[in-house]
Amino acid sequence: MSEATGLKSWLTTTDHKRIGKLYFWTAFVMFLIGGFEAELIRIQLAKPENTFVTADTYNQLFTMHGTTMVFMALMPLAAAFFNYIVPLQIGARDVAFPRLNAFSYWVFLLGTVFMNASWLLPNHPAPDGGWFGYATLTERQFNPGPNIDFWLLGLQILGVASLAAGFNFIVTILNLRAPGMKMMRLPVFSWMTLVTSFLMITAFPVITVALVFLMFDRVFGTHFYLPSAGGDPVLWQHLFWLFGHPEVYILILPAMGVVSEVLPTFARKPLFGYTVVVYSGVLIGFMGWGVWSHHMFSVGLGPIADSVFALTTMLIAIPTGVKIFNWLATLWGGQLRLTTAMCFALGFIALFTIGGLSGVTHASPPADLQQTDTYYVVAHFHYVLFGGTMMGLFAGMYYWWPKMTGRLLSEPLGYVHFWLMFIGMNLTFFPMHFTGLLGMPRRVYTYSHDLGVDGMNMVSTIGAILLGIGMIVFVYNMWRTRTKGAVAGPNPWGGATLEWSIPSPPPVHNFDVIPTVTSRLPLWDSPPAPKAPPGHVHVPGGSWWPMVAAAGLPIMALAPLTRTLWIVFVGGAVLIYGIYRWAYEPFEV
Amino acid sequence: MLLFSVLRFRAREGAPAPAHHHGHTTLEIAWTLAPALILVFIAVPTVRTIFATAGNAPPGALRVEVIGHQWWWEYRYPDLGIVTANEMHVPVGKPVSVDITSTDVIHSWWTPRLGGKRDAIPNHHNRVAFTADSVGEFMGQCVEYCGSSHANMRLRTFVDTDSAFQAWVADQKSVPAVPAKGSPEEAGRAAFMKYGCIGCHTVAGYSSGPIGPNLTHVASRSMIAGDIMMNTEQHLHDWIGNPPGMKPGAIMPNLHVSQTDLSALIAYLQSLK
Amino acid sequence: MSHAAATTHYTSMGLDSRKMGFWAFIGSECLLFGSLISTYLVYQGRSVAGPTPSQILNIPVTSISTFDLLMSSLWMVLALAAVQRGDMKWAKIWLLGVAIGGSIFLGFQVYEFSSFVREGLTMQANLFGCTFFILTGTHGAHVTVGVLWMLTLWVRAMQGKLGPEHAMTVEIAGLYWHFVDVVWIVIFTLVYLLHK
Repeated sequence: MSEATGLKSWLTTTDHKRIGKLYFWTAFVMFLIGGFEAELIRIQLAKPENTFVTADTYNQLFTMHGTTMVFMALMPLAAAFFNYIVPLQIGARDVAFPRLNAFSYWVFLLGTVFMNASWLLPNHPAPDGGWFGYATLTERQFNPGPNIDFWLLGLQILGVASLAAGFNFIVTILNLRAPGMKMMRLPVFSWMTLVTSFLMITAFPVITVALVFLMFDRVFGTHFYLPSAGGDPVLWQHLFWLFGHPEVYILILPAMGVVSEVLPTFARKPLFGYTVVVYSGVLIGFMGWGVWSHHMFSVGLGPIADSVFALTTMLIAIPTGVKIFNWLATLWGGQLRLTTAMCFALGFIALFTIGGLSGVTHASPPADLQQTDTYYVVAHFHYVLFGGTMMGLFAGMYYWWPKMTGRLLSEPLGYVHFWLMFIGMNLTFFPMHFTGLLGMPRRVYTYSHDLGVDGMNMVSTIGAILLGIGMIVFVYNMWRTRTKGAVAGPNPWGGATLEWSIPSPPPVHNFDVIPTVTSRLPLWDSPPAPKAPPGHVHVPGGSWWPMVAAAGLPIMALAPLTRTLWIVFVGGAVLIYGIYRWAYEPFEV
Repeated sequence: MLLFSVLRFRAREGAPAPAHHHGHTTLEIAWTLAPALILVFIAVPTVRTIFATAGNAPPGALRVEVIGHQWWWEYRYPDLGIVTANEMHVPVGKPVSVDITSTDVIHSWWTPRLGGKRDAIPNHHNRVAFTADSVGEFMGQCVEYCGSSHANMRLRTFVDTDSAFQAWVADQKSVPAVPAKGSPEEAGRAAFMKYGCIGCHTVAGYSSGPIGPNLTHVASRSMIAGDIMMNTEQHLHDWIGNPPGMKPGAIMPNLHVSQTDLSALIAYLQSLK
Repeated sequence: MSHAAATTHYTSMGLDSRKMGFWAFIGSECLLFGSLISTYLVYQGRSVAGPTPSQILNIPVTSISTFDLLMSSLWMVLALAAVQRGDMKWAKIWLLGVAIGGSIFLGFQVYEFSSFVREGLTMQANLFGCTFFILTGTHGAHVTVGVLWMLTLWVRAMQGKLGPEHAMTVEIAGLYWHFVDVVWIVIFTLVYLLHK
């Protein structure tokens, strides 16, 4: 069965593997853009009283760096692997709702384009309220331009994409498992995808409500967060962090899943304590809902609330620690092959542990009141999100690249990439612990020489440049692999899970015969069953309508942006028309 | 331990396949309980400290109200009748009770050497209590992102000896004298009216503008413009000449003050000791 | 979604995928309305200007529209039962009944909103106005989507394109309708009956 090619086949695709690749490349480009924004930030901060960028541009840069990395790079990079790998791991031919999946991608792409279009307008009115967008700074009164509108409308569009993806993966993982693939035989990456999906569908409605309130305040003059009419800006913080803390776990759990796949493969040992790793992941997902106010200790919620949230936050360190111990026990007594993927997975464990420990230090409000909103926090969450999530995702890229493209990434270049990342990352973020404790706040475009942090800021900037060089090496490696990479067989690493039982890259229909699973590690415990002669496998055709329906959302968003009511009806009509054609076109799931 | 595992268990050619352990219940329980116990030891002092630092000052503490503005700090001493900006004076060894709020967006008041930060939120009043144990000058800064010049919203706390503090109080409570006829200060005082400075700034006995910092004793402060520049003639010149240029987003506009008026204005401001 | 095909697919949980996806959607919607209702409750009694709920809410009128919405849920049950037994004549009647019931509810809401605005309660008037309109307005938007959905099913039935093989489609539409109805009962209780 040959695969259709050409532009139309990509625009109308409903194949989870192609959508996975679209997610990957879009998110990867956004990762490079977000990284470029970070480089500009570091250049500005290299020395005190620098004038490389203006205050307003700097504020846009750090706002968009955070927003881009969280919503347009890290989440969709994880989603790329959800898309590509999860159906293969559970032995399915596609996700449960292929067209909804295409819709998610197009909504994500258009939301990304919508928000970033603000850079291209005259005077570049890019969002400048911080990724956390605290009211009342984001109210019309203090920010009359379109900057915040781009941000809040873009986030609402991106939220729709995450919700749709969440529904899809919950049903896919619960309902499309191959015969015999019981829940406790599910690969850990698929498990973490499931937990992440549940977090997405529960956390995003909350931020949507918060954003709608802010939009109404800005467009219709309501007072949800305005103190002048009795509103309370702290309500925004509660809603934002009620979403925001689960969001942190949305970012880290997929990387934990990747690491739980990579370590056993390259230690040639099953994951130690599979059940405990799975349950602690689920527990982290649940407990992630009970800790949001630890972002708000300086708000002054009172000693009782502060104590409760300090304790819940300390509790969540326990399942996290248990995971780390299980990963170490997986290594213990194994036969470790230090491939690039394995290096990144080991880097994840080391750096995430540092990030986790510095996290425990600000679970305690008295300590947090010194650390919060300083560079100490910047150091902490970059150890978690860069040292953790990105290291995990890089491990995933090296690990699954041969599956996705059929060719192996160069290992020597991979080592160069890994060491540049590992050293650059520590050089950039480790000094920030001290810059923060010495009193340098976050989100400042300039600082005084008197603070005594010049040297450490310079070190951070040098580290950031190393990270940039590391990324150039990685991009070259990917480019080179297109023609020069070694051809990978179905299972270049000797992996145990089902995605390694089929050719690389997999055929359109994934599995000639849907496998029957009898253990947690099907490829290690039993050799692949002899292939039955492939019968005709029906593959659903493409559809334009998910993209058309998705286009309705940014059109609708133009209405509040331009304060023009009738545009809402145009966008709504496009959305509804797309949904009707989608619902009633002949398409077999 | 990670490093040891990596070095010890590197794959060797021809080594037998490793034993497949799937888990170990006792170990799992052990490494769940161990961090839990450690956390209990952290948790108890944490909760104790939370309640100890809850902002309750002993009766008779010096009361100071801190009000955040974009992008400067207003300090009010309700019991002493003093209003000043960006620089707070407190006596050493005496308890101080600070009440923190804001009039516009959320700020956060922090002097690292004097204790934890608290947010300044419109319609909310947060309290911090502290007793400074040594004389000195301590820098601080707004730590909640509050717009264009968030980086330029700094502050300074002076811990004075008791007598120095009393002298400062007496000085701040005095009303500036009216400048002599024909002096440059008198011309500056007129310019203060001419350019509308009086609409925003208060000078006791002369104007009562409610928007910008109180300038009654501006010359007694060591810094200007949100504590970012030394209070010198040159800096006053630069600042009044183009406030948004010195501090991005500054609400005080460039009033295009003529050079003669500017010199007079600076002479007047420098007389407000 | 293609209808008959999906129901016959093998699934690990033995539950139709669309139905499972829809339950996930309802879970997500609970958080949406939960956030809106919490905000309403948090801001209750904190308006600095009038009109207040006790001055303006018309409980008898809203009780009628609530009753109407409850009845439409009953008709929804009857519509699904009719589709399942293949009685398309009654299915058409009940589906149209649900759509009309929903429209009547929306008519009451339009009347209520416009009379509130005449009496000075706008979205900008006070916190009660902000939270009341956004909560009931979001619910009204959900009812509107439901009415459009019911009308679509009714048109399909009139065209003879809806039969017992589409019972799952109607069942999911019903799930949505009952959910929207339950949300209204919560809103009616908290906002109208227990107002401060």
